[in-house]
Amino acid sequence: MSSYIPTTDADRRKMLEILGLDSLQELFEVIPPEKRYPHLDLPPPLSEMEVKKLLRGLAEKNADLDHHPCFLGAGAYHHFVPAVVDHIISRGEFYTAYTPYQPEVSQGTLTTIYEFQTMVCQLAGMDVANASMYDGATGVAEAGLMAARVTRRDGLVVASTLHPRYREVLRTYTQGMGMDIQEVGYGEDGGVDLRQADQLLGTGTAALMVQYPNFLGSLEDLQPLSELAHGVGALLVVCVDPIALGLFRAPGEQGADIVVGEGQSLGSPPSYGGPYVGLFACRQKYLRQIPGRLVGMTTDADGRRGFVLTLQPREQHIRREKATSNICTNEALVALAAATYLAIMGKHGLRQVAELCYHKAHHAASEIDALPGYERLFGQFFKEFVIRTPVSPATVNALLMEHGIIGGYGLERDYPQLGDCLLLCVTEMNTKEEIDSLLEALREIGDAR
Amino acid sequence: MTEPLLFELSSPGRVGYRLPELDVPETALPEKYLRPELPLPELSEREVVQHFTRLSQLNFSIDTGFYPLGSCTMKYNPKLHEEVARLPGFARIHPWQSESTVQGALQLMYELQEYLAEITGLPGVSLQPVAGAHGELTGMLIVRAYHQEHGDEGRTVVLVPDSAHGTNPATAAMCGYKVATVPSDPRGNMDVRELERLTDETVAGLMLTNPNTLGLFEEHILQVAEIVHEAGGLIYCDGANVNALLGIASPGELGTDVLHLNLHKTFSTPHGGGGPGAGATVVTEELTPFLPTPAAARREERESTAAATEYYLDYERPQSIGPVSGFYGNFGVMVKAYAYLRSLGERGLREVSENAVLNANYLLEQLKGYYHLPYDRLCLHECVFSGKAQANLGVHTVDIAKRLIDLGFHPPTVYFPLIVDEALMIEPTETESLETLDAFVSAMRQIAQEAESEPELVRDAPRTTPVTRLDEAAAARKPNLRWQG
Repeated sequence: MSSYIPTTDADRRKMLEILGLDSLQELFEVIPPEKRYPHLDLPPPLSEMEVKKLLRGLAEKNADLDHHPCFLGAGAYHHFVPAVVDHIISRGEFYTAYTPYQPEVSQGTLTTIYEFQTMVCQLAGMDVANASMYDGATGVAEAGLMAARVTRRDGLVVASTLHPRYREVLRTYTQGMGMDIQEVGYGEDGGVDLRQADQLLGTGTAALMVQYPNFLGSLEDLQPLSELAHGVGALLVVCVDPIALGLFRAPGEQGADIVVGEGQSLGSPPSYGGPYVGLFACRQKYLRQIPGRLVGMTTDADGRRGFVLTLQPREQHIRREKATSNICTNEALVALAAATYLAIMGKHGLRQVAELCYHKAHHAASEIDALPGYERLFGQFFKEFVIRTPVSPATVNALLMEHGIIGGYGLERDYPQLGDCLLLCVTEMNTKEEIDSLLEALREIGDAR
Repeated sequence: MTEPLLFELSSPGRVGYRLPELDVPETALPEKYLRPELPLPELSEREVVQHFTRLSQLNFSIDTGFYPLGSCTMKYNPKLHEEVARLPGFARIHPWQSESTVQGALQLMYELQEYLAEITGLPGVSLQPVAGAHGELTGMLIVRAYHQEHGDEGRTVVLVPDSAHGTNPATAAMCGYKVATVPSDPRGNMDVRELERLTDETVAGLMLTNPNTLGLFEEHILQVAEIVHEAGGLIYCDGANVNALLGIASPGELGTDVLHLNLHKTFSTPHGGGGPGAGATVVTEELTPFLPTPAAARREERESTAAATEYYLDYERPQSIGPVSGFYGNFGVMVKAYAYLRSLGERGLREVSENAVLNANYLLEQLKGYYHLPYDRLCLHECVFSGKAQANLGVHTVDIAKRLIDLGFHPPTVYFPLIVDEALMIEPTETESLETLDAFVSAMRQIAQEAESEPELVRDAPRTTPVTRLDEAAAARKPNLRWQG
């Protein structure tokens, strides 16, 4: 039988006999007869060899990052993944386990989640973190909803430099809740326009929501933003790049109340957009309003240390319509990848990765800025930066691809005022040779105009 | 055994990474933005591998044993899928790459959409939701958008059966709806007369699970759909239990307007210890305009005489509820589900459901003299017993669950559905052998016997695990959620 089924015909006969039935069809007589056994027009079954060949064929139609220098970021990043990470998450004991509802046989998963929660807190400078959200975008949306519960207000002031797609997901998530979402623009340095933020924030504002470093790559001081938000009784929600936190000040030290972020950079490949993992942390005093699963330390009947899912009365399976969220499954295996990555990189490695990104990105940025026809925009940045291009960004990307280079993210759709700009990303994966070939190709494109 | 935490294993100066030297000139770091300290652990590679490997050995998993968790469909996860999802052309492609450079990925997504539409009888598909509850949220936002589009603002109530998953009412609440509960009848169906009484012009829709969480097919499904549709409401079907119906009946033919599928249940992708999943959402033609953007699409490009097929991402859906996640969904999970469907085909899928249902009925029959069976009729993919006879002896369902662990099995889902006292919800799936089922039956019968003769043995279980019963009350009273040294 082709369907991973061990039951033999003899087994089936024996089982049917015990049930007092003559055929499998009798099991389904409860279904209206005219609706039974629809014909499904699906491709015929294939052997393992054939499936593998078919899938390899599809995979080979894609231009992958093993064979192409890549300068794309914008929410998904090409960082180095040590071999250990895939080795650990490939263990059947981890990836074929269910949610750890039975703690006595789930200490492996529970312990790794507790370690993940701890390291997310360490990175973000926060008191508590959950077991993960689906991804950065849904983490932002849930943070908006949580801020509304905490403050009992329904207004959100969102930086236009928060990932455009995350802002859209926030709108999707809140459309049934009647929330009032306003956007605050950016100033000359690419940071949040403080004067406009001050005007928009008010007594109805649940949270000011920003990104650090922001979508345009800019790095800014969060302290004035937290002061503005707290001045009207609103929370500051910060969406982070966890790699940047290897080098830059933690949002928790600068007054953030909820820190969320996309954790894909921590040990997971870009994988065409998923599976990723949402980081979610907050201050202790908001613990009862946090969405998602939490793992806590406790002891067993013999006094030994152990871990359990805890504070479950916030969750859907207990509270039903009064739950803090409907989230059930999270991204445990991707969180395990992140925990393994952080354990391998540790205190010094993460900082070194961040420094490599910083120096390589700044080198590339200043060299591009010096090319005729190109200009770098905005102020302080980390690994992503905006460049104005001499021909349309789409044309630049198409020409770069002719050189085998995957270019940047065109900003025209999300920021019409930056219609002639590309957002480039440089990480530790980009060698000097790759950066040089990018510079050479850009120069050629500029000269040919 | 107790495995120390990473933080306890840490020792200053140890490193587990080997990164390349900087090969470009340095740029001054911006002092005022730098963090003074990064409090992460310091470990060597050898210790990290040993730590996580030891932790893995503290887990129960599909690869090591039988996992009869009701409503979770813990079937075997084929190994081929892990291999193909890791191909560089799938794992290492960037979501913002131009469409022309990811034709294989888009083709896979497009074809998977087509297969799921065919299997469910519902033509509109979004692969974007990344979990079952996420698919529910997507589906109910679509219901809301549909009524809004029709100027039907007075629909503020969503009906949810009392046997439903907790995610259903939680999802309805996230969409701004009030929840009204529909009771079950003595045969385990939704009570049709109550449904009629509750259904009026304020009802946006009914969230139903079919087969329901008792493992029973809703006997009045066509009538239920008619009642709700007559009143202008929509039928949302929770697809957690679709493993019972593959090639047996199409949800779309049974009156469903919106359905989510759990690729991590029905289509064999692993659960990962609690994700990543994938909650593809499928809808009728009428609801297709409201699906999240983008979807994978196909067009034929005519160049001179030859026609070339091109795949692309379609963002043109003006009535869309908007995107529900960062990119296009859990692509890596889609690759695995696609491989599964290409391996099985139509006949293979039907065999899945036939054998899953046969296995569940076999367990039902073999255990019914030993545990109370609240609804005594043929089930579909799972069966629900009550431990109330044992509870009268002072042995509760939680004790039965823990004793099963000592006997080598993962416990069933317990205390759910809420309408069954001391519930034990058992879903064997199709991938377990008769020998495994028989061994489970023996263990369950043994526990029923022990509940009478040696109740202490059951109440003290488990004794064979790395830890014994954990103090959950203490964990909640004084939460310790991160290591602080």
